[in-house]
Amino acid sequence: MTEANENSAENKATGKLAVLAEHIASVYGKVIIKQDIALGELAITIRRDTLHDLINFLKTNEKCACQQLMNVSGADYPDRAERFDVVYNLLSLTHNHRVRVIVMVGEDQTVDSVTDLYSGAGWYEREIWDLYGVPFKSHPDMRRILTDYGFEGHPLRKDFPLTGFVELRYDEEKQRIVQEPVELTQDYRNFDFISPWEGMTTVQLPGDEKAVKQKVGVK
Amino acid sequence: MTDIIPEKKNTYTINLGPQHPAAHGVLRLILEMDGEVIERADPHIGLLHRGTEKLIENKTYLQAIPYFDRLDYVGTMNQEHAFALAVEKLLRIEAPLRAQYIRVLFAELGRLLNHVLSITTGVLDIGGITPALWGFEERERMMEFYERVCGARLHANYFRPGGVHQDLPDGLLEDMAKFVENFKHFVDDTETLLTENRIFKQRMVDIGIVTKEEALDWSFSGPMLRASGVAWDLRKSQPYDVYDKMDFDVPVGKTGDCYARYLVRMEEMRQSCRIMEQAIEQMPEGLVLTDDHKISPPRRADMKNSMEALIHHFKLYTEGYHVPAGETYSVVEAPKGEFGVYLVADGSNKPYRCHIRAPGFAHLQGLDFMSRGHMLADVVAIIGSLDIVFGEIDR
Repeated sequence: MTEANENSAENKATGKLAVLAEHIASVYGKVIIKQDIALGELAITIRRDTLHDLINFLKTNEKCACQQLMNVSGADYPDRAERFDVVYNLLSLTHNHRVRVIVMVGEDQTVDSVTDLYSGAGWYEREIWDLYGVPFKSHPDMRRILTDYGFEGHPLRKDFPLTGFVELRYDEEKQRIVQEPVELTQDYRNFDFISPWEGMTTVQLPGDEKAVKQKVGVK
Repeated sequence: MTDIIPEKKNTYTINLGPQHPAAHGVLRLILEMDGEVIERADPHIGLLHRGTEKLIENKTYLQAIPYFDRLDYVGTMNQEHAFALAVEKLLRIEAPLRAQYIRVLFAELGRLLNHVLSITTGVLDIGGITPALWGFEERERMMEFYERVCGARLHANYFRPGGVHQDLPDGLLEDMAKFVENFKHFVDDTETLLTENRIFKQRMVDIGIVTKEEALDWSFSGPMLRASGVAWDLRKSQPYDVYDKMDFDVPVGKTGDCYARYLVRMEEMRQSCRIMEQAIEQMPEGLVLTDDHKISPPRRADMKNSMEALIHHFKLYTEGYHVPAGETYSVVEAPKGEFGVYLVADGSNKPYRCHIRAPGFAHLQGLDFMSRGHMLADVVAIIGSLDIVFGEIDR
């Protein structure tokens, strides 16, 4: 019973978002790379040079009316040419909808800051600079925020090891904190979870030829 | 002095924290002062940065839940709630009804835990000791319920994608009903100490005013937004679990100052009591965790008899379950505001990316504009009313 209600509620929300998506596409159709509504959420991937325009449109246009920028986050896809995603989550209080705007950015490229539209973006952009190394153009205060003073590297990049590079210790002789290269008594264990349990990939592990054949046979 | 060289700014810088009792944790605040008046406040955060998001990327979905307890460690289950909802959305499953009621019940208990700490320590910062002594006694009672349901007083690890870990022990609901009844008296008593207290009002009224426009512009949420006159509560506007079946009001402030934020939190505690009473009364029977054993582990009794159950248990606690590729931004109305999880799944057993949107992060950012032109002592009152916890801000 609840599932049916849930579905109809989600369908209704999806319908509402589809209208909104169409409205945005009618203005920005040319620069939208990808637009989809999945799980009742609208996500728009847009060309980087029009980001500021689009966010401004989403904020000021009556049908969008996104008064709040709730969150800006990043993501790293090292295999892509433009490896980083910068993701903006906007919220409209009057229409009660959320819009997710995504731009892709390469390692030596910048993204226009939206701090002039939403003051709250300031720290979120600093955080992305700190953790991913994506610089924001015309940001008033582009400093690191979460990592230590004098920290090197951008820790949320996929090629940054979980253990980091340096560790801190209080040196009794020098009477101060010293940084030393990380020394693990035991290597960090990163298990490979690929297994022939169901729902698995086509990857074949040595000794599992039988399992894969059987599975193929069933299908 | 200023008459001789009028253009020269006569400011100096002081460093507040990172070890200061009024900083509510490890806040380092660089204050540019003109005499006693704040010209600029620059919070330095990150002293409690543990790389939670990076750690979650390297753990299975089940192993990620305890990290959420360690964000806002004051009302821990509310954070787990956001993560559970995000994973459920990606898995396209829904928790059983009883589990949803239990989650709402404990999310509201988390709200009480949070607001009691926030209000009483805020008062402690500006000189009132009694509420903190009373409040911590109440918090101890609430944490007993946490302990009875999951075995831990603080770091619960109780909510799961697909429900909650264990069913409620016998007699818990009755005891909670009794507690809620008594807790209302605590709220009333605390109010007699504070609401009309002359000294308290002198410290709180007209301090740190945030207008409606500023609150929206600075990504404020929760009580910070509502105290500025914006009627917005995710439990009402985007209800999750069984909040749409609950009857409660959303208090909205008028003035947007520290005093309004205090009043909003006070009233929210009363409303939470109402929700808890309804949840206890309506609590249905049934499952507390989805019976799809590809996602939830089987009961221990089953494992003694069923080989399949044993295999499921083994696989779930080693490999974990695989979540279909997709991304979602799921939110809950945590006690401090909108707590969101931006989760990207790539079809494997670990999250590809898990960004945590902590409400306190946005609120602390606003400290600069809120404290400008105020006195040094007012900054303490403002920090108290921001309700910040560094676990979630630094992540």
